[in-house]
Amino acid sequence: MDLKLDHYTEDDTEIVVVEGEIDVYTAPRLRELLIDLVNKGNVHLVVNMEKVEFLDSTGLGVLVGGLKRVRAHDGTLDLVCTQERILKIFRITGLTKVFGIYESVQEAIDKRKSK
Amino acid sequence: MAIVQLTISALPAHVRTARLMATAVARRAGIAESALDEVRLAVGEACSRAVEAHRVHCPDQPIQLELIDGAGNRPLTGTQPDPPVPATPPNGHQAQRFEVTVSDRAPAEEAGGPPVNSHAPGSEDTHPEDSLPGDVNGLSPDVGLAVIVGLADDVSIEPHDGGTVVRMSWPLGNTGTAVDPPLSTS
Repeated sequence: MDLKLDHYTEDDTEIVVVEGEIDVYTAPRLRELLIDLVNKGNVHLVVNMEKVEFLDSTGLGVLVGGLKRVRAHDGTLDLVCTQERILKIFRITGLTKVFGIYESVQEAIDKRKSK
Repeated sequence: MAIVQLTISALPAHVRTARLMATAVARRAGIAESALDEVRLAVGEACSRAVEAHRVHCPDQPIQLELIDGAGNRPLTGTQPDPPVPATPPNGHQAQRFEVTVSDRAPAEEAGGPPVNSHAPGSEDTHPEDSLPGDVNGLSPDVGLAVIVGLADDVSIEPHDGGTVVRMSWPLGNTGTAVDPPLSTS
Protein backbone atom coordinates (compact mmCIF):
# COMPACT_ATOMS: atom_id res chain seq x y z
CA MET A 1 0.00 0.00 0.00
CA ASP A 2 1.18 3.47 -0.81
CA LEU A 3 1.43 6.27 1.71
CA LYS A 4 -1.56 8.44 2.64
CA LEU A 5 -1.03 11.62 4.61
CA ASP A 6 -3.53 13.90 6.28
CA HIS A 7 -3.37 16.50 9.01
CA TYR A 8 -5.67 18.56 11.19
CA THR A 9 -5.46 20.88 14.14
CA GLU A 10 -6.61 19.86 17.59
CA ASP A 11 -6.03 21.79 20.76
CA ASP A 12 -3.09 23.87 19.45
CA THR A 13 -1.47 20.70 18.15
CA GLU A 14 -1.12 19.62 14.54
CA ILE A 15 -2.07 15.99 14.17
CA VAL A 16 -0.43 14.21 11.24
CA VAL A 17 -2.24 11.04 10.23
CA VAL A 18 -0.07 8.54 8.38
CA GLU A 19 -1.45 5.50 6.64
CA GLY A 20 0.38 2.86 4.62
CA GLU A 21 4.08 2.22 4.16
CA ILE A 22 6.92 4.56 5.07
CA ASP A 23 10.05 3.50 3.26
CA VAL A 24 12.81 4.90 1.08
CA TYR A 25 10.28 5.56 -1.69
CA THR A 26 7.51 7.25 0.27
CA ALA A 27 9.42 8.87 3.15
CA PRO A 28 10.26 12.05 1.19
CA ARG A 29 6.54 12.91 1.11
CA LEU A 30 6.27 12.70 4.88
CA ARG A 31 9.44 14.73 5.22
CA GLU A 32 8.02 17.46 2.97
CA LEU A 33 4.80 17.59 4.97
CA LEU A 34 6.62 17.89 8.29
CA ILE A 35 8.87 20.64 6.93
CA ASP A 36 5.88 22.47 5.50
CA LEU A 37 3.97 22.30 8.78
CA VAL A 38 6.93 23.60 10.78
CA ASN A 39 7.56 26.37 8.26
CA LYS A 40 3.94 27.45 8.74
CA GLY A 41 4.46 27.77 12.47
CA ASN A 42 3.18 24.41 13.69
CA VAL A 43 5.79 23.37 16.21
CA HIS A 44 3.74 20.97 18.31
CA LEU A 45 3.20 17.88 16.20
CA VAL A 46 1.68 14.51 16.92
CA VAL A 47 2.22 11.85 14.28
CA ASN A 48 -0.53 9.25 14.44
CA MET A 49 0.99 6.00 13.21
CA GLU A 50 -1.85 3.67 14.06
CA LYS A 51 -2.49 2.93 10.39
CA VAL A 52 1.14 2.59 9.37
CA GLU A 53 1.73 -0.84 7.91
CA PHE A 54 5.48 -0.63 7.41
CA LEU A 55 8.25 1.59 8.73
CA ASP A 56 11.96 1.29 8.04
CA SER A 57 15.03 3.27 9.08
CA THR A 58 14.43 5.80 6.31
CA GLY A 59 11.10 6.61 7.89
CA LEU A 60 12.74 6.80 11.28
CA GLY A 61 15.20 9.27 9.82
CA VAL A 62 12.37 11.49 8.63
CA LEU A 63 10.76 11.46 12.07
CA VAL A 64 14.08 12.24 13.72
CA GLY A 65 14.61 15.06 11.23
CA GLY A 66 11.16 16.41 12.09
CA LEU A 67 11.94 16.21 15.78
CA LYS A 68 15.09 18.22 15.25
CA ARG A 69 13.17 20.89 13.39
CA VAL A 70 10.45 21.36 16.00
CA ARG A 71 12.98 21.35 18.83
CA ALA A 72 14.79 24.19 17.11
CA HIS A 73 11.58 26.16 17.74
CA ASP A 74 11.05 24.81 21.25
CA GLY A 75 8.38 22.53 19.87
CA THR A 76 7.52 18.87 20.27
CA LEU A 77 6.98 15.88 18.04
CA ASP A 78 5.27 12.93 19.67
CA LEU A 79 4.03 9.68 18.21
CA VAL A 80 0.89 7.64 18.60
CA CYS A 81 1.56 3.97 18.04
CA THR A 82 0.41 0.75 19.64
CA GLN A 83 1.45 -1.69 16.92
CA GLU A 84 4.13 -4.05 18.12
CA ARG A 85 5.52 -4.53 14.61
CA ILE A 86 6.17 -0.79 14.34
CA LEU A 87 7.32 -0.28 17.93
CA LYS A 88 9.91 -2.97 17.45
CA ILE A 89 12.08 -0.87 15.15
CA PHE A 90 11.94 2.03 17.62
CA ARG A 91 13.22 -0.31 20.31
CA ILE A 92 15.98 -1.81 18.16
CA THR A 93 17.32 1.63 17.35
CA GLY A 94 16.91 3.03 20.85
CA LEU A 95 14.50 5.70 19.64
CA THR A 96 11.92 4.89 22.29
CA LYS A 97 14.05 7.11 24.50
CA VAL A 98 13.98 9.95 22.00
CA PHE A 99 10.29 10.13 21.09
CA GLY A 100 7.28 10.34 23.29
CA ILE A 101 5.19 7.37 22.17
CA TYR A 102 1.56 7.29 23.30
CA GLU A 103 -1.50 5.14 22.83
CA SER A 104 -3.83 7.89 21.67
CA VAL A 105 -3.77 11.40 20.25
CA GLN A 106 -5.52 12.74 23.32
CA GLU A 107 -2.95 11.17 25.62
CA ALA A 108 -0.14 12.73 23.60
CA ILE A 109 -1.75 16.15 23.79
CA ASP A 110 -2.48 15.85 27.51
CA LYS A 111 1.08 14.77 28.28
CA ARG A 112 2.56 17.71 26.42
CA LYS A 113 0.31 20.18 28.16
CA SER A 114 1.09 18.75 31.55
CA LYS A 115 4.84 19.32 31.13
CA MET B 1 17.18 -26.24 -2.24
CA ALA B 2 15.10 -23.68 -4.10
CA ILE B 3 16.49 -20.34 -5.20
CA VAL B 4 14.68 -17.21 -6.35
CA GLN B 5 16.85 -14.50 -7.86
CA LEU B 6 15.77 -10.92 -8.33
CA THR B 7 17.63 -8.09 -10.00
CA ILE B 8 16.38 -4.55 -9.47
CA SER B 9 17.41 -1.16 -10.72
CA ALA B 10 18.63 1.21 -8.03
CA LEU B 11 15.26 2.89 -7.64
CA PRO B 12 13.47 3.41 -4.31
CA ALA B 13 10.19 2.15 -5.77
CA HIS B 14 11.70 -1.28 -6.35
CA VAL B 15 12.63 -1.73 -2.71
CA ARG B 16 8.99 -2.48 -2.00
CA THR B 17 8.96 -5.03 -4.82
CA ALA B 18 11.92 -6.76 -3.22
CA ARG B 19 10.24 -6.73 0.20
CA LEU B 20 7.06 -8.25 -1.17
CA MET B 21 8.89 -10.95 -3.06
CA ALA B 22 11.09 -11.84 -0.10
CA THR B 23 8.08 -12.10 2.15
CA ALA B 24 6.22 -14.28 -0.33
CA VAL B 25 9.17 -16.64 -0.79
CA ALA B 26 9.82 -16.76 2.94
CA ARG B 27 6.20 -17.66 3.62
CA ARG B 28 6.30 -20.40 1.04
CA ALA B 29 9.57 -21.71 2.50
CA GLY B 30 7.87 -22.15 5.84
CA ILE B 31 9.26 -19.28 7.88
CA ALA B 32 7.35 -18.88 11.12
CA GLU B 33 4.61 -16.26 10.88
CA SER B 34 6.21 -14.37 13.76
CA ALA B 35 9.40 -13.96 11.73
CA LEU B 36 7.85 -12.80 8.45
CA ASP B 37 7.79 -9.18 9.56
CA GLU B 38 11.45 -9.47 10.46
CA VAL B 39 12.29 -10.82 7.01
CA ARG B 40 10.31 -8.05 5.36
CA LEU B 41 11.96 -5.28 7.36
CA ALA B 42 15.49 -6.68 7.15
CA VAL B 43 15.28 -7.19 3.38
CA GLY B 44 13.85 -3.69 3.02
CA GLU B 45 16.71 -2.24 5.04
CA ALA B 46 19.34 -4.08 3.02
CA CYS B 47 17.78 -3.01 -0.27
CA SER B 48 17.26 0.60 0.85
CA ARG B 49 20.88 0.82 1.84
CA ALA B 50 22.01 -0.69 -1.46
CA VAL B 51 19.77 1.62 -3.50
CA GLU B 52 21.10 4.70 -1.70
CA ALA B 53 24.68 3.56 -2.22
CA HIS B 54 24.08 2.89 -5.91
CA ARG B 55 22.40 6.24 -6.43
CA VAL B 56 25.58 7.90 -5.21
CA HIS B 57 28.17 5.71 -6.87
CA CYS B 58 26.71 3.68 -9.72
CA PRO B 59 23.05 4.45 -10.46
CA ASP B 60 23.04 2.43 -13.67
CA GLN B 61 24.15 -0.78 -12.00
CA PRO B 62 21.57 -3.27 -10.78
CA ILE B 63 21.23 -4.71 -7.29
CA GLN B 64 20.92 -8.46 -6.91
CA LEU B 65 18.93 -10.50 -4.42
CA GLU B 66 19.00 -14.20 -3.83
CA LEU B 67 16.28 -15.83 -1.80
CA ILE B 68 17.31 -19.34 -0.82
CA ASP B 69 14.95 -21.89 0.66
CA GLY B 70 17.35 -24.24 2.42
CA ALA B 71 14.72 -26.88 3.07
CA GLY B 72 14.61 -29.94 0.91
CA ASN B 73 18.17 -29.49 -0.23
CA ARG B 74 18.76 -33.20 -0.33
CA PRO B 75 17.50 -34.47 -3.69
CA LEU B 76 15.89 -37.85 -4.01
CA THR B 77 18.58 -40.47 -4.65
CA GLY B 78 16.59 -43.62 -5.16
CA THR B 79 18.18 -46.57 -3.41
CA GLN B 80 21.47 -44.85 -2.85
CA PRO B 81 22.23 -44.03 0.76
CA ASP B 82 22.32 -40.37 1.63
CA PRO B 83 25.82 -38.99 1.92
CA PRO B 84 26.83 -37.42 5.21
CA VAL B 85 25.51 -33.89 5.49
CA PRO B 86 28.10 -31.43 6.77
CA ALA B 87 27.07 -28.79 9.28
CA THR B 88 27.69 -26.15 6.64
CA PRO B 89 27.39 -27.43 3.08
CA PRO B 90 30.29 -26.79 0.70
CA ASN B 91 28.35 -24.10 -1.13
CA GLY B 92 28.17 -22.06 2.05
CA HIS B 93 24.39 -22.21 2.28
CA GLN B 94 23.06 -23.31 5.61
CA ALA B 95 20.64 -26.22 5.59
CA GLN B 96 17.10 -25.80 6.88
CA ARG B 97 17.30 -22.05 6.83
CA PHE B 98 15.82 -19.31 4.71
CA GLU B 99 18.67 -17.17 3.48
CA VAL B 100 18.65 -13.82 1.73
CA THR B 101 21.65 -12.18 0.12
CA VAL B 102 21.61 -8.61 -1.17
CA SER B 103 24.61 -7.72 -3.30
CA ASP B 104 25.43 -4.20 -4.35
CA ARG B 105 28.27 -2.86 -6.48
CA ALA B 106 29.01 0.41 -4.68
CA PRO B 107 32.48 0.87 -3.16
CA ALA B 108 32.18 -0.44 0.36
CA GLU B 109 34.40 2.10 2.08
CA GLU B 110 32.03 4.95 1.41
CA ALA B 111 28.75 3.16 0.93
CA GLY B 112 28.55 0.84 3.85
CA GLY B 113 31.12 1.99 6.34
CA PRO B 114 33.10 -0.47 8.39
CA PRO B 115 32.16 -4.11 8.62
CA VAL B 116 29.42 -4.83 11.08
CA ASN B 117 29.82 -7.77 13.42
CA SER B 118 26.72 -9.86 13.65
CA HIS B 119 26.92 -9.64 17.41
CA ALA B 120 27.16 -5.86 17.47
CA PRO B 121 24.53 -4.25 19.69
CA GLY B 122 22.63 -2.21 17.13
CA SER B 123 20.92 0.08 19.57
CA GLU B 124 24.20 1.21 21.01
CA ASP B 125 25.56 2.22 17.62
CA THR B 126 22.99 4.92 17.05
CA HIS B 127 23.12 8.44 18.29
CA PRO B 128 20.11 9.98 16.65
CA GLU B 129 20.26 13.24 18.49
CA ASP B 130 23.87 13.73 17.46
CA SER B 131 23.23 13.22 13.78
CA LEU B 132 20.08 14.89 12.68
CA PRO B 133 20.52 16.22 9.18
CA GLY B 134 17.40 17.53 7.53
CA ASP B 135 17.88 15.14 4.66
CA VAL B 136 15.50 12.29 3.91
CA ASN B 137 18.01 9.96 5.47
CA GLY B 138 18.11 11.59 8.86
CA LEU B 139 19.98 8.59 10.21
CA SER B 140 23.27 7.10 9.12
CA PRO B 141 23.15 4.19 6.66
CA ASP B 142 24.77 2.20 9.44
CA VAL B 143 21.48 2.39 11.31
CA GLY B 144 19.93 0.28 8.56
CA LEU B 145 22.66 -2.30 9.05
CA ALA B 146 22.16 -2.17 12.79
CA VAL B 147 18.46 -2.84 12.28
CA ILE B 148 19.29 -5.85 10.12
CA VAL B 149 21.60 -7.17 12.81
CA GLY B 150 18.81 -6.70 15.31
CA LEU B 151 16.26 -8.50 13.16
CA ALA B 152 17.92 -11.38 11.38
CA ASP B 153 18.73 -14.57 13.17
CA ASP B 154 22.17 -14.74 11.54
CA VAL B 155 23.87 -11.91 9.64
CA SER B 156 27.08 -11.36 7.77
CA ILE B 157 28.02 -8.11 6.07
CA GLU B 158 30.95 -8.40 3.71
CA PRO B 159 32.22 -5.14 2.24
CA HIS B 160 34.83 -5.28 -0.49
CA ASP B 161 36.07 -3.15 -3.37
CA GLY B 162 33.40 -4.34 -5.75
CA GLY B 163 30.49 -3.80 -3.41
CA THR B 164 28.90 -5.19 -0.28
CA VAL B 165 27.14 -8.49 0.25
CA VAL B 166 24.60 -8.57 3.07
CA ARG B 167 23.70 -12.15 3.93
CA MET B 168 21.01 -12.91 6.47
CA SER B 169 19.11 -16.02 7.40
CA TRP B 170 16.35 -17.36 9.58
CA PRO B 171 15.53 -20.88 10.70
CA LEU B 172 12.78 -22.69 8.87
CA GLY B 173 9.88 -24.22 10.69
CA ASN B 174 8.09 -22.98 13.74
CA THR B 175 11.09 -22.01 15.83
CA GLY B 176 10.88 -18.36 14.84
CA THR B 177 12.91 -15.94 16.91
CA ALA B 178 13.51 -17.14 20.40
CA VAL B 179 13.92 -13.83 22.15
CA ASP B 180 10.98 -11.92 20.77
CA PRO B 181 7.28 -12.43 21.37
CA PRO B 182 5.05 -12.95 18.34
CA LEU B 183 4.27 -9.77 16.46
CA SER B 184 0.75 -8.60 16.06
CA THR B 185 -0.79 -9.33 12.71
CA SER B 186 -2.99 -6.28 12.47
